[in-house]
Amino acid sequence: KILVPIKPVPNPDEKVKIKGDGSGIVLENIKMVVNPFCEIAVEEALRIREKLTGEVVVVTVGPKESEQQVRTALAMGADRAVLVEAGTDLDSLAVAKVLAKVVADEKAEIVLMGKQSVDDDNNQVGQILAAVLGWPQAAFASKIEFAADNRKANVTREVDGGLETIEVALPAVVTVDLRLNEPRYASLPGIMKAKKKEMKVVPVASLGVDTTPRVKVLSYSAPPLRAGGGRVADVAELVSKLKNEAKVL
Amino acid sequence: MADILVVVEHQEGAFRKNTLSVVSAAKVLAGLSGGEVDALVLGNGVAAVADVVAGTGVRKVLLGEGSAFAKYLAVTYAFAVAEVVKAKGYGAVFAPASTFGKDFMPRVSGLLDAPLASDIVGLTKDGDALRVKRPMYAGNAIGTVELAGSPLLFTVRQTAFDAAAMGGAKAPVEKVAVTAEAGGTAFVSRQETKSERPELTEARVIVSAGRGIKAQENLKMVEELADLLNAAIGASRASVDAGWAPNDWQVGQTGKIVAPELYIALGISGAIQHLAGMKDSKVIVAINKDEEAPIFQVADYGLVADLFKAVPEMIAELKKLKSA
Ligand SMILES: Cc1cc2nc3c(=O)[nH]c(=O)nc-3n(C[C@H](O)[C@H](O)[C@H](O)COP(=O)(O)OP(=O)(O)OC[C@H]3O[C@@H](n4cnc5c(N)ncnc54)[C@H](O)[C@@H]3O)c2cc1C
Ligand SMILES: Nc1ncnc2c1ncn2[C@@H]1O[C@H](COP(=O)(O)O)[C@@H](O)[C@H]1O
Repeated sequence: KILVPIKPVPNPDEKVKIKGDGSGIVLENIKMVVNPFCEIAVEEALRIREKLTGEVVVVTVGPKESEQQVRTALAMGADRAVLVEAGTDLDSLAVAKVLAKVVADEKAEIVLMGKQSVDDDNNQVGQILAAVLGWPQAAFASKIEFAADNRKANVTREVDGGLETIEVALPAVVTVDLRLNEPRYASLPGIMKAKKKEMKVVPVASLGVDTTPRVKVLSYSAPPLRAGGGRVADVAELVSKLKNEAKVL
Repeated sequence: MADILVVVEHQEGAFRKNTLSVVSAAKVLAGLSGGEVDALVLGNGVAAVADVVAGTGVRKVLLGEGSAFAKYLAVTYAFAVAEVVKAKGYGAVFAPASTFGKDFMPRVSGLLDAPLASDIVGLTKDGDALRVKRPMYAGNAIGTVELAGSPLLFTVRQTAFDAAAMGGAKAPVEKVAVTAEAGGTAFVSRQETKSERPELTEARVIVSAGRGIKAQENLKMVEELADLLNAAIGASRASVDAGWAPNDWQVGQTGKIVAPELYIALGISGAIQHLAGMKDSKVIVAINKDEEAPIFQVADYGLVADLFKAVPEMIAELKKLKSA
């Protein structure tokens, strides 16, 4: 049984705007999508199921509206879903503790998840979850190979300096990187089928986890603006300016 | 406040300079909240690393060695760091926001039930309260963050803090006992990207190649340019995905964050995710045949041109300069 935690994020190809008072990000008129790294995790889970059989359960911790992105994962082919209904102010520790409950409840044998959500850019939840569960972890996976007995896996990780392969005993938490696979699109029949798949909604309060945030974003501000837009006519001007004006040659 | 611990990064005994920015960040916190800055080196036969770190202005260096630490493993490192932090009562722990720090620090957070701020770019105070700055949304927003609990954990964006000076007065090195707890993980192999060029995150100049270079063999031209500039080579995700460039050349939101004195983008469109990794470079050059490419919005010197013409010309100009 494969558990895939997923998170909705604002469309990553659109530049976000900050609210005038700095209290948050303008989300009106921005399309929410499944975090791209989570899509890669769902895809990998589906491929494992196709190869070895099993069940793929997606789970998200967040508001009711996340249902839409959960349906997208179901349309890709996941078997069923759990939506733990909670506010959007949960921090990584809280999300990981909630997920740990779901993992125990579902008796998952492996957890596949994104390395990073591209909104908060935290890159934390998978590793924290592994610690909370007391499980092995392999972060930033670009290849996952199961041993013949399915008790272990070799995971190749994208790291500074190259690639590194480690062996993890299962159950384990694996977070995925960009080169692991190319996620499929949801097909039309997939979308139809997804509407009928089971989605269990669980109020976060029923799990008995203290979700008081320990990391709180108080305000948002715009980064310093770069005065770009300078042009040169040709290579000669470029090199001359780099040497005499910017003095970087 | 309680003392502060910096976890040192090294690659099997080769000290990595990103730790110097982490020492600086830890000192900013010490300046704001008090406490002394110590460093922790884990490994096997890494006394030389401890010796280098001893000269960076820390109070002392803790050296935890054992054969189980010869190869880096997140589970082993996180357990040992948590053990040292508990035993010595550190109030804050810093590590680089590299694939090293980003791997084991969240696990420390889980083990100690302690708050972690990733990839921080600033530390300030609002009255008595500590405020942490960190980029979010691919660097399009800077969050002001408050942490509650203890110890406080941070991974540090290298480009946001000046490197601490090396070679200062030597702080004492103290051995610490650390438990080897690999928790079901084992090192298998490492495939190092071999390069004679400077490291991406340490280079003064970076030449970066995007999808516009079209094929791997065209990288030769890029290499020649890089060699003339003593530059590191970077890449967009598209070039890495295409298999032209190794994964650890990827610059961007989900790759490496760089801020060299000179960044030259060749055939890179300037997607949000790429800009997130290079827009703090001092001088940006973009060569792209599409005058509408977003990369030009951040470029100091934009050249609308076919790179297959412009790059050889640039190589010729630079050779002229060198021989002059
Ligand atoms: C989850 C996620 C994470 C990502 N993380 C990253 C990341 O960390 N880093 C990153 O870079 N991207 C990242 N991306 C991808 C990003 O969105 C872009 O797709 C990518 O940066 C595009 O690379 P590119 O500019 O090389 O290619 P393209 O966008 O295809 O641009 C190629 C450019 O080359 C120019 N060109 C073509 N031929 C020539 C020529 N002969 N001479 C001159 N110019 C020419 C074209 O005009 C064009 O502007 C991520 C995407 C996702 C979804
Ligand atoms: N609220 C959430 N619900 C479910 N999964 C999550 C949630 N937040 C983060 N994750 C998972 O953790 C991964 C890393 O996210 P982060 O640590 O926030 O960058 C994501 O790709 C998801 O797989």
